Amino acid sequence: MNSKLIFGIAKSLLLARWRQTLVAAVGVTFSIAMFITLLSFMNGLNDLLDGLILNRTPHVRLYNEIKPSDNQPVNAAAEFKGSYNFISSVKSGITRQEIYNSGPIMQAVKDDERVLGAAPKLTAQVFFNEGTIEITGVINGVDVEEESRLFNFKDYVTAGTAIDAKNVANSIILGKGLADILVADIGDVVQVTTIQGERFPLKVVGYFQSGIQEIDKVQSYASIGTTQKLMGKPANYITDIQVKLHDLDMAPAVTQEYAKLFDIDAEDIQTANAQFETGSNIRSLISYSVGIVLLIVAGFGIFNILNMMIYEKMDSIAILKATGFSGRDVNRIFLIIALSIGFFGGTVGLLFGFVFSVIIDNIPFDTAALPTVETYPINYSPVFYFIGGSFSMITTYFAGFFPARKASKVDPVEIIRGK
Amino acid sequence: MQEIILEARHISKEFHDPVTVQVLSDITFTVNKGEFVSVIGKSGCGKSTLLYILSTMDTDYQGELLIDQELMTGKGDAELARIRNEKIGFVFQFHYLLNEFTVLKNVMLPGLKLGKYSQQEVEHRAIERLKMLGIGQLAQKMASRISGGEKQRVAIARALINDPHIIMGDEPTGNLDMKNSDMVFDIFKELAEVHNQTLLIVTHDQSFAESSGRIIEMEDGRILRHKS
Repeated sequence: MNSKLIFGIAKSLLLARWRQTLVAAVGVTFSIAMFITLLSFMNGLNDLLDGLILNRTPHVRLYNEIKPSDNQPVNAAAEFKGSYNFISSVKSGITRQEIYNSGPIMQAVKDDERVLGAAPKLTAQVFFNEGTIEITGVINGVDVEEESRLFNFKDYVTAGTAIDAKNVANSIILGKGLADILVADIGDVVQVTTIQGERFPLKVVGYFQSGIQEIDKVQSYASIGTTQKLMGKPANYITDIQVKLHDLDMAPAVTQEYAKLFDIDAEDIQTANAQFETGSNIRSLISYSVGIVLLIVAGFGIFNILNMMIYEKMDSIAILKATGFSGRDVNRIFLIIALSIGFFGGTVGLLFGFVFSVIIDNIPFDTAALPTVETYPINYSPVFYFIGGSFSMITTYFAGFFPARKASKVDPVEIIRGK
Repeated sequence: MQEIILEARHISKEFHDPVTVQVLSDITFTVNKGEFVSVIGKSGCGKSTLLYILSTMDTDYQGELLIDQELMTGKGDAELARIRNEKIGFVFQFHYLLNEFTVLKNVMLPGLKLGKYSQQEVEHRAIERLKMLGIGQLAQKMASRISGGEKQRVAIARALINDPHIIMGDEPTGNLDMKNSDMVFDIFKELAEVHNQTLLIVTHDQSFAESSGRIIEMEDGRILRHKS
């Protein structure tokens, strides 16, 4: 009964000065809308930029690194056991790049329930022959279907069809930059020389465009079988196992586990791409700060308007108190006024924020470097709406807190005598 | 033995700013149920200050105040607010209606706050009181749209809504013309005589005071004399 009455009084006071109320609410609406739009856009951009690298980077990469043995013979010799041995000019031993026992490892990894999928890969250093000129390049042998499923390979094949790399024998998908240098159209045949010196004709079935030009000038893709044939290796020869997990954050732990379990070199995505994480974090930080500053400014607007309202309503406050409303009741009335400005302004702001996001999402954004992107990127995460909504309530609460306290302390005697 | 509604025991008050001034000293008196008491005195004699102390709004004083034989001195803000709501009705020199509300809602507010009756009952009681004061037809008008005399009558209706033990008035006719003053006075008179309502009115209108039941005359913060 009491709270219903207090809500009723707050509503009447609000509506009695609806223009002022509107101005205050518009301030909140504007800042919330900007907050949502800014964060959605910034995070969309972050996701896009991260996606450029991270989507195509395995969460865990298993490989065999060519490096000198940690266990040099002198350390094993009994007579030098107690001494500290300095060895100069250590060379790598005869280690193979190949992953030993790749089949069972693949099976074990795929059976792990934390793993979304695993794709084999092998890389071959080659020369592309353009007349008399030799251009260095890398051919990645991939399982096209798994690669598409896990690392969005298909999206980056801008011309031709990705699956042709598997279905057409001796075929290759060239990086766009590389294809431009080789002047190779789809359907043409390019000559490739392996480091062993063998020449191979490969048919171009598509172009690949990653968005990073340096990569496109060097990389190209072929099926695993084609690449193995090119290198003269058997069908179980692979150099990398790329693992994608359900949860990216688990990568470091899983990486350590696999390294120990399979006695293999392993690298997680966080180590491989630390700089991207930093970039995204700082961009998020900037957009959050701007958004919060906007809200604080709106909060000051509400503070001012409530303060003015209290001066204007001194008489009303005095009479409410004289007729039996306590300081707490008056305090609640003004807090409710502030919070309803925050609530309604904020709700409309969230709506506008969404509308602005949709508008930005539909603005064409054509760039040669990003073949998969047609419009500006937006991240519609509900988290932003939740933060925006709660922040509008929190700022308006604080904006209302001091004026409401002041109103609750109004001494009715002073007001009534002062007339 | 008559029932005592309000009792002041040795009430004193000082203003400290800028210099200490004794505004009230050792005020002691009682008001019985059904009495129509007016307090008169020159400007600055402390009669309004006394009224605000008696009304529990001003708590900064020495001495003791009892309303309905209950000690008010030392009670907290929320409790005093509840007592004001339930037991005291106010009429001020300036109407002090809430302009954001209709006349009816203005009258209903203290009743709704008390929460003793349902909304329908409070509304019914409010209309009853407005009709009694001859302004039933104004119920749905906004408070800012009615005349000064009407506003004062609405304020009286509001003071009556919770059947208070005592109605306090601070120069209730001070801002009204002759005709309206008389009307307000007649209402008070009727309340006292017909409805046995206790009234304590501060005024400097001699003729007003003389026609009330009892006069307390004040000078320099003291009670000069009681006149019946």
